[in-house]
Amino acid sequence: MAAAEEGQQHPLSIYIGIWVLLFVFSAFSYMVDYYQLQGYLRWNLILIFMMLKAGFIVAIFMHMAWERLALITAILLPPLALLVLIGLMSIEGDYTYLSRAEFFGVDEAPVVEHHHASGH
Amino acid sequence: MAQSPGNAVLAHDAVTDLVSDWSAEKEVFKVHWGKAMMWIFLLSDTFIFTSFLTGYMKVRISSTVPWPNASEIFALSFGGDPIPLILIAIMTFVLITSSGTMALAVNYGYRRDRIKTATLLFITAAFGLTFVGMQAFEWTKLIVDEGVRPWGNPFGAAQFGASFFMITGFHGLHVSGGVAYLTYVAIGVMNGRYEKKGYDIVEIAGLYWHFVDLVWVFIFAFFYLW
Repeated sequence: MAAAEEGQQHPLSIYIGIWVLLFVFSAFSYMVDYYQLQGYLRWNLILIFMMLKAGFIVAIFMHMAWERLALITAILLPPLALLVLIGLMSIEGDYTYLSRAEFFGVDEAPVVEHHHASGH
Repeated sequence: MAQSPGNAVLAHDAVTDLVSDWSAEKEVFKVHWGKAMMWIFLLSDTFIFTSFLTGYMKVRISSTVPWPNASEIFALSFGGDPIPLILIAIMTFVLITSSGTMALAVNYGYRRDRIKTATLLFITAAFGLTFVGMQAFEWTKLIVDEGVRPWGNPFGAAQFGASFFMITGFHGLHVSGGVAYLTYVAIGVMNGRYEKKGYDIVEIAGLYWHFVDLVWVFIFAFFYLW
């Protein structure tokens, strides 16, 4: 039967369930900003909701969960190299920041012309 | 391809598949060739977007001037007090909704329900257009009303504009390209272009579309919420 040969077929309920989850996680991450959570709580929540959304999109919507390991590893392993780039650039960023602070000083109160001029 | 006895203990079905797939010489990925190629294209796109986001991270860490507050800049007022980041939140929901309709289109494609598949593809493309329209509105507001430029802005660190235009611009181009792509596939589905070839193309186009949504998840988190 030709249809059995054809790509990925899964019950609609899976997609609709994930769809609802993505809505909920997006609403949660928006709430993080709406209620102005700050510091580590904010960053952790943003990252958690981001990873959950990304994971569900790749695994279910893009069918990665049902692919063979040859495809999964070929696609998901190479991006790990990017972690090295991110790590190096964050070290470099800190170094640039410290050099600038050392030689030019830190501008603590920027010129804020018309946004919240009364605040500072 | 003799397996050593030591490996046999660890051998899980999937791992055995991995080894035999790569050592079989002919065909590694047992999927439609277009799907394998799309995944490899998306892999390269992942590197591009990550490079942009890493560049943004680097200039943001380096800046001795405070970074502009996205929550306030992207606030919008509907008559009352400005609601923080509301436009971006709506754009996020629009894109997620389009991902949902896309997933359904793939499903109906394999069931060879041409009417439903084409309809869902057109709806997905329409959501994509809505997203690009809102982005055009956002850019106009920032450039014309707020005076944000790639080299400076009134809110803080000068690098904000360059990062913003580069990242959201490149993403917006992807969405626009996706709208054209989906429209092309939808017309093909309507005309029965894929009756013989099979409906893999809907899944392949879907991969691209979900990837665009995926990139937005990261942009939303790192650029707008951070």
